[in-house]
Amino acid sequence: MASAAQGSLPRYVVQRLLLMIPMIWVVVTVVFLLLRVAPGDPVSASVGGRLSEEELDRRREALGIDRPLWQQYLEYLGDVARFRFGESLSDNRPITSIIIDNGGATLTLTLGAFLVALVIGIPLGLVAGRRRDSAADVGIRLFGITSYAVPVFVTGLVLVLLAGGTGWPTYDIASPITKFQVEPVTHILLVDALIAGDMGAVGDVLQHHVLPCLTLGLLLCGVFIRLVRVNLLMTMKGDYVEAARARGIPERYVVRRHAFRNALVPLITVLGLQVALTLAGAILTERTFNWPGLGTQLVDYLNARDYPAVQGLVTFFAVIVVVTSLIVDIVNALVDPRVRY
Amino acid sequence: MSVPTTASSGPVVRAEDVRVWYGTERGPVRAVDGVTFDLRPGEILGLVGESGCGKSTLGRGLLGLLPDGAKMDGALEFRGENLLTLSKRELAERRGVDLGMIFQEPLTRLNPLMRISEHFRETLRTHEPGLSKAEMDRRALDVLRRMGIPPTRYRSYPHEFSGGMRQRLMIALALVLRPAFVVADEPTTALDVLVEAQIIRILHDLRREFETSLLLITHNLGIVAEACDRVAVMYAGEIVEIGDARQVFSDPQHPYTRELLRSTISLSTTGLHYIPGAPPDLVEPPPACKFHPRCPDAMQVCATRWPAPVQLPAGSRAQCWAAEERNRLIRLTEDERRPLERRELSVADEA
Ligand SMILES: Nc1ncnc2c1ncn2[C@@H]1O[C@H](COP(=O)(O)OP(=O)(O)OP(=O)(O)O)[C@@H](O)[C@H]1O
Ligand code: SF4
Ligand SMILES: [Mg+2]
Repeated sequence: MASAAQGSLPRYVVQRLLLMIPMIWVVVTVVFLLLRVAPGDPVSASVGGRLSEEELDRRREALGIDRPLWQQYLEYLGDVARFRFGESLSDNRPITSIIIDNGGATLTLTLGAFLVALVIGIPLGLVAGRRRDSAADVGIRLFGITSYAVPVFVTGLVLVLLAGGTGWPTYDIASPITKFQVEPVTHILLVDALIAGDMGAVGDVLQHHVLPCLTLGLLLCGVFIRLVRVNLLMTMKGDYVEAARARGIPERYVVRRHAFRNALVPLITVLGLQVALTLAGAILTERTFNWPGLGTQLVDYLNARDYPAVQGLVTFFAVIVVVTSLIVDIVNALVDPRVRY
Repeated sequence: MSVPTTASSGPVVRAEDVRVWYGTERGPVRAVDGVTFDLRPGEILGLVGESGCGKSTLGRGLLGLLPDGAKMDGALEFRGENLLTLSKRELAERRGVDLGMIFQEPLTRLNPLMRISEHFRETLRTHEPGLSKAEMDRRALDVLRRMGIPPTRYRSYPHEFSGGMRQRLMIALALVLRPAFVVADEPTTALDVLVEAQIIRILHDLRREFETSLLLITHNLGIVAEACDRVAVMYAGEIVEIGDARQVFSDPQHPYTRELLRSTISLSTTGLHYIPGAPPDLVEPPPACKFHPRCPDAMQVCATRWPAPVQLPAGSRAQCWAAEERNRLIRLTEDERRPLERRELSVADEA
């Protein structure tokens, strides 16, 4: 039994990898169908009026939207399988280069937000759980509920107002001069600035990250506070916690080694589940702070009714969610020995 | 490590008039209500009684493991030292080394994220900080072997063991520090009968190997008859009878003990005997003898005056007017001796 449980980790990973295929297939299909049931002709919607009638027809043909749905669907599946996402209609950019050019900004925003949420959420959740029903607990819970319930753009606006007058950057990912000077290598501005060794630029980019990451981080931190608090309350009442006390383990170690650790395990799973919420929040945050990320692009293309671009970006978002859920499952299996069955 | 302060023949644990109550919205739940007993080195005391009569509360109270909101009072000595005046930290230091506990649910008592080896090392490191890792592992493997757990499983996680094995792990974990006194709270209730017999044998052999005194809480009177030296019968927070196990079982002095014995399934009886009514509410227990609403022998005096515990000639101690009268320790008046009427009984029952 012991050896089976240990040997099954690679098998478990392969299993989860295989499971990804149907998950992505479902997502891709839903995206495809949703965009097809929307009324109207995407070509005339996005570039109509700007091009001649023949040119529009040529575009429709190139897109394949004059052909039967099932043919389009199969072709789309084939494209996705080969990681070919096509081009946007309105400005002829390959979807992959949209993802590469703008993905970096979204990546650093969301990672920063997770960091903010963990750094604020875990300690607050632990304090609230340890001192249940104290003034601190009540305050922290109120804070958690508020930060979760207040819409992203309101939080953003409040932060911008608070920063007003201090000269702290309140929009975009960097000042124009930094953007101009840093050579794009990875297209992740922060990393590029580090590669360039330009500490002034790094500082500038980091400063620009503070308010957006805080805004998105506060949204997530409410979820974490609640989860950590409830988990801690549960594990503190747990049988093995009492058993540890019965062995005379000092209370601080009982709390740290037995209660905290076990209370944080479900956080990994929830972290994975929050990726979808984070991406949704990121879109709103990016709009609020004029952030040059994928969310801003998505909204722009949606407004332009540029269906190929929207389809490509949404598919990409979905794949990200599926992939993170895979990573989360694997990390979970590494941390919690019971998962590997 | 503590050194016995009294002669080895003195009791390891001495409880006198111990009371435990839980604060609730309805008022205090008097779960343990004036319990007195002592436990000699290597002795096994069985603790029996219906569900909710306060057995676990007493067991936990002895180790200072009561939840927040519970209060404890009386005198509780471990090798002559009063445990109730110790600070929380001092009491925690006694747990594990002097006072051990084995719980009912072996499946959930081990931290799922920690290997068995880590459980042992944590416990040993806490109480004997000077030990080397090799020495800790040697000590742990030694007890595990005695419990029949192969050393190859030392680095396994709890979920990789069966229920019976996990209970043996818990016992090993409790014994690795050789505590002088262990409370085992229904250690076999969650296990099947064959495993139960095995665990009971292990517990029974403890005194030979470790000189451990054991308070064995159980619902199984068969186990008590087989494994215990003495037995304490608890009802509504009180020990109503305590004495030599064989003696008490062959000649129960308290009507509750008698009824409890009758209600166990035996091959010679057809049908199941049970004690009518239910154990009382411990917020407002019946006055005087708490058993009187359900006692077949109840008399007028039982509902008005509390029967103090008395040592009976047979050797056991019981708190019952009828037992005192039968043993000619008191003379009740005609009035006091009059049987409690059924009507009064049912009214009391409903109250
Ligand atoms: N935390 C608590 N708060 C309030 N009342 C409690 C608490 N724990 C136990 N009680 C009450 O105290 C009484 C004694 O409970 P206890 O668990 O000691 O009984 P027990 O004899 O061990 O029962 P069982 O045989 O079912 O294990 C019961 O009436 C129970 O409802
Ligand atoms: S004191 Fe009376 S009611 Fe109580 S057990 Fe004895 S006979 Fe029964
Ligand atoms: Mg119990």
